[in-house]
Amino acid sequence: MASYYESADLKKFGEIGRHAKALAEDFFRYYGHVTGTDGALSKREKALIALAVSHAQKCPYCIDAYTTQCLENGANPEQMMEAVHVAAVMQAGITLVHSVQMDNHLNKLVL
Amino acid sequence: MKYDFEALLRDRGVELPPLSIDTLQVNITKLCNQQCRHCHVDASPARREMMSAEGIAKCLEILERNPRIGTLDITGGAPELHPGFDGFVERATALGKHVIVRHNLTVQLDGHPQTGESKEYLPQFFARHCVEVVSSLPYYQQYFTDAQRGAGVFGKSIEAMRRLNAVGYGVESSGLTLNLVYNPVGPYLPAAQAALEADYKRELKAKFGLSFNRLYTLTNMPINRFRLHLEKTGQLEAYLDKLASAFNPSAAEGVMCRSLISVGWDGRIYDCDFNQMLELSAVSRGGRPLSIFDFDFDAALGRRIVFGEHCLGCTAGAGSSCGGATA
Repeated sequence: MASYYESADLKKFGEIGRHAKALAEDFFRYYGHVTGTDGALSKREKALIALAVSHAQKCPYCIDAYTTQCLENGANPEQMMEAVHVAAVMQAGITLVHSVQMDNHLNKLVL
Repeated sequence: MKYDFEALLRDRGVELPPLSIDTLQVNITKLCNQQCRHCHVDASPARREMMSAEGIAKCLEILERNPRIGTLDITGGAPELHPGFDGFVERATALGKHVIVRHNLTVQLDGHPQTGESKEYLPQFFARHCVEVVSSLPYYQQYFTDAQRGAGVFGKSIEAMRRLNAVGYGVESSGLTLNLVYNPVGPYLPAAQAALEADYKRELKAKFGLSFNRLYTLTNMPINRFRLHLEKTGQLEAYLDKLASAFNPSAAEGVMCRSLISVGWDGRIYDCDFNQMLELSAVSRGGRPLSIFDFDFDAALGRRIVFGEHCLGCTAGAGSSCGGATA
């Protein structure tokens, strides 16, 4: 049976340009500019944000890549775990805040 | 060969002949009170290799006869465990040489692992001879430090730093230099040196009241004990790929083998401490292995540096040397 999310497949990311080279080049240039340089945010802050997004989006490739990136930018496991908690609490909050919509509809339905 | 460092240099048009011999780095023993998981020397409390008294005398003679070699960099193992260590430092400083000691901090508290001899006098001894102290502390927290260097090492390192600070090391205007060394705790590249130094200074001051001068970031070399770990965990190829893809010609220009020679416990000369551990002897242009016992400055300066796959470690990213990043 074929396996999904093989860690070795991360190396093939560059191959997304095989059928749309110019678009892939645009993407990787943008990607490198956003994540690979210090700007208003440091590379470490960006790596921690990316780690949080990786968890929220449940991407194993990104989790591996940004765990390493966080370490290579001097972050420590406490900071990394806090970033994951930010992702977790945002997802919980996003779920919970939808209960306002539920309440609104309840109020419409209930006599 | 997949990782051919010399071919990489040729492809990138980089030439790296020796520039000078400013520093004589001497590895006087492989004995250590610690057994770190990344150690390229494979040092441990069980090692017995020691430089002879004759070898130390020869190193001092080389320092005396060659004023262009201004620095003696003593390493190990834990060099303080060598019975001739104190005399070596005293005589080299008496010659007016700048002396660096690669001091692992914990030896102050652990003492000699075979004889039990106390090493608590070291801070005062270092201060008396104005030795530059360079000490490994893989992170400003316990987790990474103990993972790399052994359980309890972080706590002992903090206490040892406190004792060094107490005699003036790392304290502004004291003239006594304490530099720290960061190594990644696994197969990844070090963070940017300046930013990490700022983190270390802030955290060590806030949490422990400690100070130091500079932080040197070093890359782990894929040799010996660390290589074995990479092989066992199936990470060697990925690590070598990472180092090769991060090759930086500017970092390569500043590699330490261009300005120092490394002496082994038996007197043989190498281009660096890593070549020493791989037993890749430095050779003269005539093909003669170099040794302290028939040392010739010009022959050593005229040598062709021996490179290998492991050199990818010193040339990746911001570079790595005994003095930290090179680019």
